[in-house]
Amino acid sequence: MTDAEIRALILELIGEIAPEADLASARDQDDLREAFDLDSMDFANFVVALHDRLGVNIPEVHYNRLFTLERAIDYLRDAVAQ
Amino acid sequence: MSAPQTNPTATRITYREACKQALREALLADSRVFLMGEDIGRYGGCYAVTKGLLKEFGEERIRDTPLSESAFVGAGVGAAMAGMRPIVEIMTVNFSLLALDQILNNAVTIPHMSGGQFAIPLVIRMATGGGRRVAAQHSRSLEGWYAHIPGLRILTPATVEDARFMLKGALADPNPVIIFEHVMLYNMESDLSSDVTEVDIARAMTHRPGRDVSLITYGGSLSKALQAADALAADGIEAEVIDLRVLRPLDTKAILESVSKTRRCVIIDEGWRSGSISAEIGMRIVEEAFFELDAPLRRVCSREVPIPYAAHLEDACLPQTATIVAAARELVRPT
Amino acid sequence: MPALGADMEAGTLVEWLVKPGDRVNSGDVIAVVETQKGAIEVEVFQTGVLSDILVPVGERVPVGTVLAQIDGAERATPAPAAEPVITPPPIVAPRKTPPLRAVVAPRVGRLKVTPAARRRAAALNVDIATIVTGSGVEGSIRLADVESAGAAPVRAAAKRGLDLSQMRKAIAAAMSRSKREIPHYYLTETVDLSAASTWIERFNVDKPPVERILPAVLFLKAAALALREQLRLNGAYENDAFVPSSNIHVGWAISLRGGGLIAPAIRDADKKSLAELMGAMRDLVERARRGNLRSSELTSPTVTVTNVGDRGAESVTGIIYPPQVSIVGFGRVVARPWVVDGRIESRPLVTVTLAADHRATDGHIGGLYLAAVARLLQEPEKL
Repeated sequence: MTDAEIRALILELIGEIAPEADLASARDQDDLREAFDLDSMDFANFVVALHDRLGVNIPEVHYNRLFTLERAIDYLRDAVAQ
Repeated sequence: MSAPQTNPTATRITYREACKQALREALLADSRVFLMGEDIGRYGGCYAVTKGLLKEFGEERIRDTPLSESAFVGAGVGAAMAGMRPIVEIMTVNFSLLALDQILNNAVTIPHMSGGQFAIPLVIRMATGGGRRVAAQHSRSLEGWYAHIPGLRILTPATVEDARFMLKGALADPNPVIIFEHVMLYNMESDLSSDVTEVDIARAMTHRPGRDVSLITYGGSLSKALQAADALAADGIEAEVIDLRVLRPLDTKAILESVSKTRRCVIIDEGWRSGSISAEIGMRIVEEAFFELDAPLRRVCSREVPIPYAAHLEDACLPQTATIVAAARELVRPT
Repeated sequence: MPALGADMEAGTLVEWLVKPGDRVNSGDVIAVVETQKGAIEVEVFQTGVLSDILVPVGERVPVGTVLAQIDGAERATPAPAAEPVITPPPIVAPRKTPPLRAVVAPRVGRLKVTPAARRRAAALNVDIATIVTGSGVEGSIRLADVESAGAAPVRAAAKRGLDLSQMRKAIAAAMSRSKREIPHYYLTETVDLSAASTWIERFNVDKPPVERILPAVLFLKAAALALREQLRLNGAYENDAFVPSSNIHVGWAISLRGGGLIAPAIRDADKKSLAELMGAMRDLVERARRGNLRSSELTSPTVTVTNVGDRGAESVTGIIYPPQVSIVGFGRVVARPWVVDGRIESRPLVTVTLAADHRATDGHIGGLYLAAVARLLQEPEKL
């Protein structure tokens, strides 16, 4: 998967969780939780959705690697590649 | 309800002079009319209303009485029963309590208890109200008490015009009528139109139309209410000022019409609040115009103490323009 | 029309999910009504055949209005004895019974409305409860307030979903009433979460994401179980009396993006497993945000639990949702120095708070309750 595809997927999934979110405003370094007002349950659902779509296992201890777009793209690129 | 009338061909006279002209007119018009009271003849009346009348009409018709309210009011009742048209002056309402038995037990009951065989066409005039720095025993406003009594008509002329013409209607009434003249009004000067020759003694009068709040008052408080309306107007609040004129029978229709329009009401009554005519007015509004109200009713009354002698305390006790303004403003624009 | 909240006066019928002739069973959702809290699914508590629909779609009716009639209605299951006192009034009238008068929910926390305003509101079909601030004497709602509310553009045809401005008003009404009427007392307890955190980590480590649980679930369970020990914090205070409930239906506070808050019930939270609670929580959050809750979920909570989550403040001092008598708050989990056996260690801590109605309980009960929550969180495996 290309970074652009991962980025698009992340935003799509967030869009499903937070339909009000202004996805176009997303910047790579922003904390997604802050930018889109995601609480713990939203974030858990986000991980569930990533798991379903990409088939990657994301241990709980790795959740913090998904907090920004930039880091999430890095993390997921590697995870998918494995 | 009638509207105030203005006329360019008016003469300027005092309220006192208007009262006197009314008496003169009555004495000239009907030989059955005579005046009775303490110091009304030689002295000219404690408020000088009858000054000069003794000389003009003589002792038969301008009768100085002993200092006994019970006796001379009782004599008035008897004279009225016998077909005369007595006008009895009691110096002030404070002293009228001595004649209360004659008024309450005789004057108003005899027409009923005689099955209508006797009429009592008696007119009693008395001064009322505070503001003259004459202390508790000379400053009460008990007209509301008298308005409690069926069988009496209670008039409270607040204008020169009413002082001049209400007497004629009172004399024409076959039942006892009491006219309350507020002590602070005697020196008031006003234009009297030459084409007004009579007034009714049944209806309230709107002195100033307004849409935001009704100021309902009578007698000595009318001028304060009008000043309050001016002050409120400067603030963009349009107050409607109603002069009741007659406390019994009350012109309930006029009250309800005004309140139904403005939906807010301040009642200004120089009587004490508890059990006052203002309480009666408020109750009628609640009984008959409850659903029109858009704010609680408010009253500006005298403080519930014997009226003090000291000027600043007396002023603090009586309804004043500023307190009326504050009450009205609070209803229209709560802070 | 059921009362779906302490201050609800009326609702708009937006959708019928059944038609005359349909058989309905107790528990079925038969209609959708719009309230200040969004579109709510209305359940039926009878079984029978729906014979008549009395309120058409689009009509706004006061609470207590009969919406439909059911032939041969039998009360499916009588309400359990200690069901929360806030059970909704009957929604569906059995036929061939004496004429039903509209059951009007008693309004508590009176609004001051002038007589003229009240009459105009009726004429303009303005719901006085939606007017948040009155401009009249003592904050009363007066004619001008009703007229400006009546002049506001009529909202587009009712749709399912949330109207946040309406919800704001509902929150304002309920919270103002709470602060006006309920003498709150507040207690705080700091709880070491080491055991719970470690336990959750282990619980989640080999599970797929969908089966993992959040610390909030432990909080919810501990809060619910501790209530079993202090039932006087669980129930409703109405008509000057506290009525305890033996069922622990936790209103779970869910904040909505864009503002707004709703606390639908997780029924019998003390009896559900952690996995069930996680599922219930996930479902409620999703439906709350869609504006898709059921009537009973709004009326049945006997207590509220609010959890600020990992982006919230360290502690939360709640406002009780009337007629409930307590609200339990969990702050953000933070690492802080903590004295263990005379030594200072870094520990994950959570601040647990209780706001409770002093008319129903005293601080001693509240203290015992928080101690129980703290104790339960030390043994997460037993939750």
